[in-house]
Amino acid sequence: MSKKILSITDLKREFAMGSEIVHALRGVTFEVEEGEFLTIMGASGSGKTTLLNILGCLDKPTSGTYLLDNIDISKLTKDELAELRNHKIGFVFQSYNLLPRTSALENVELPLLYNNTISNKDRRERAIHALEAVNLADRQHHTPVQLSGGQQQRVAIARALINEPIMILADEATGNLDTRTSYEIMTLMQELNTKQKKTIVFVTHEPDIAVFSSRTIQLQDGKIQFDKLNQNIHSAKQSLADLPINEE
Amino acid sequence: MNILNLFQMAFRALARNKLRTFLTMLGIIIGVAAVIAMVAIGQGSKQSIHDQLSSMGSNMIIVLPSSNINGGVKIAGTSFQSLTVKDIDALQKKGSYITDVSPSVSTKGQAINGALNWPTTIQGVYPSFLNIRKLTLRDGIPFSDNDLLSSAKVCLIGQTVIDNLFAKGENPIGKVIRFGNIPFQIIGILDPKGNNAFGQDQDDILIAPCTTVQNRILASIYYQNIFASAINEASTDSATAQVTAILRESHRLKPADEDDFRVRTQEELIKTLSSTTGLLTILLTVIAGISLVIGGIGIMNIMYVSVTERTREIGLRMAIGARGRDILQQFLIEAVLISITGGLIGVSVGILSTTLVTYFLKWPTIISQSSVVVSFAVCAVTGIFFGYYPALKASKLDPIDALRYE
Repeated sequence: MSKKILSITDLKREFAMGSEIVHALRGVTFEVEEGEFLTIMGASGSGKTTLLNILGCLDKPTSGTYLLDNIDISKLTKDELAELRNHKIGFVFQSYNLLPRTSALENVELPLLYNNTISNKDRRERAIHALEAVNLADRQHHTPVQLSGGQQQRVAIARALINEPIMILADEATGNLDTRTSYEIMTLMQELNTKQKKTIVFVTHEPDIAVFSSRTIQLQDGKIQFDKLNQNIHSAKQSLADLPINEE
Repeated sequence: MNILNLFQMAFRALARNKLRTFLTMLGIIIGVAAVIAMVAIGQGSKQSIHDQLSSMGSNMIIVLPSSNINGGVKIAGTSFQSLTVKDIDALQKKGSYITDVSPSVSTKGQAINGALNWPTTIQGVYPSFLNIRKLTLRDGIPFSDNDLLSSAKVCLIGQTVIDNLFAKGENPIGKVIRFGNIPFQIIGILDPKGNNAFGQDQDDILIAPCTTVQNRILASIYYQNIFASAINEASTDSATAQVTAILRESHRLKPADEDDFRVRTQEELIKTLSSTTGLLTILLTVIAGISLVIGGIGIMNIMYVSVTERTREIGLRMAIGARGRDILQQFLIEAVLISITGGLIGVSVGILSTTLVTYFLKWPTIISQSSVVVSFAVCAVTGIFFGYYPALKASKLDPIDALRYE
């Protein structure tokens, strides 16, 4: 049996909005094992973002437990959470969140700057390596404005990979991209998942993205509506090839 | 994150907004440069006044006859006759804190050389007077004790008098001029001293043996002043006390009597003038200090803007593992980098502008090391102080909100 990456039990999260209490998550339970490619789906207001924040160790549950790599995050301080994020999670955002006027290489290096155990030389080597992994070795010194949306997102993925996290957490990572580029990104994600055995948790509201994952959790009103393994995983590479070629 | 990386990162962040960084620095640059230049100008004028007074002999002591009550009427000191040769003898004999003593009498009159004439002052003194006043001769010889004994009709001449009595290039040595009706042979030329601190021309003078002026011009046995020099600048106070004691004894004053003379030192003048220029320096420094504070507020302002602008960056950094402390350090170092770089540029600008002031305006300036060190330290502290709150604000951001900040 493969290793458990995360384990969530009866997770609840409530927010006080004035005098009202909003139940964003009303008891969610699931586990993710190493090598899984999980998509979390749901309409807005389903608790998707709240769950993502907790999975990303940016927020703590009101009740229930969240074990990330067998560490109970509810017992950790803010600084320990930061360290955990640094070591175990690679974030990919919808809006890339690259530092402006900063080269791709330096953007990728960023997480390692907060990891004192890695030397400057090591850091540079790993950044180059991570950019190679996303096929951007020739764009090291380009700044974000000199890169296309898809390239920027690949830089962001390289940044997520550099710390060798146990889980890549993507938040609507294809939300700002056109279909073709989305498929390119998904091809990359699938490659990372199958070839490098990276565990990926992909939060999205687009059903056509979910078909590329190995498992889908659908949230509705703060509860899991369904949690099913995907029997027929589409190949993003194939979908990309099937797209009609632009007339231009 | 190690400190080198932090500085590197701060440098890049600042380099991304060069113009803004420069404008922010400008406040600090002007502040530091102003402090340095103002202090340099203040110190320079203080020093130049001190030097001028010292050039008259900073260990010089002057005794003046004082007003005294004579039958209930206070009589002006200048017309009071109390200093005599007896006092000189007593001072020479007993004054252990003083080296040279010279009486002085002077009178105004017309100096005449052929067709040329010039109103000037003749001062009668002992040969030691030259030492006391730190006067030197450009040419010729000083008069001797023999000249003093024989009331010789010789004199030393100041540059202004030469300019007015002799044609250009003519050598006055050996020439005979008249002062009033008395002929004087010129035996020496005084080195020019220029104007003193009060704008008085120190070269408009004839110096002759004391006895000559007393016997041949004034017909008086009294002295107008006594000049003495203390053994060094530090002992002027002791020397003053001693001179007072000796003169009181020599004048047979009872303990209850007021002094019938006054003892003045250059030190007093220096102190008075120094305190005036010192006040000016303080005033200038305060103004400059205020501009430094304004520079600091500029830093604070721009750091707040920067924190707001870079909220998403802060959110991202936190998401990928930056602790609040890391964010605090990052923004603090940016602020410190602005202020320190501004400080360094300010020091250079301050030194440069001081040099230019000296060069073009000929103002005396002294760049004091302490003003450089202090203003630089103040601006580093300014950076930390004014950079701290924006940095703290940044470090307290919630990564969830910061990441979604529009």
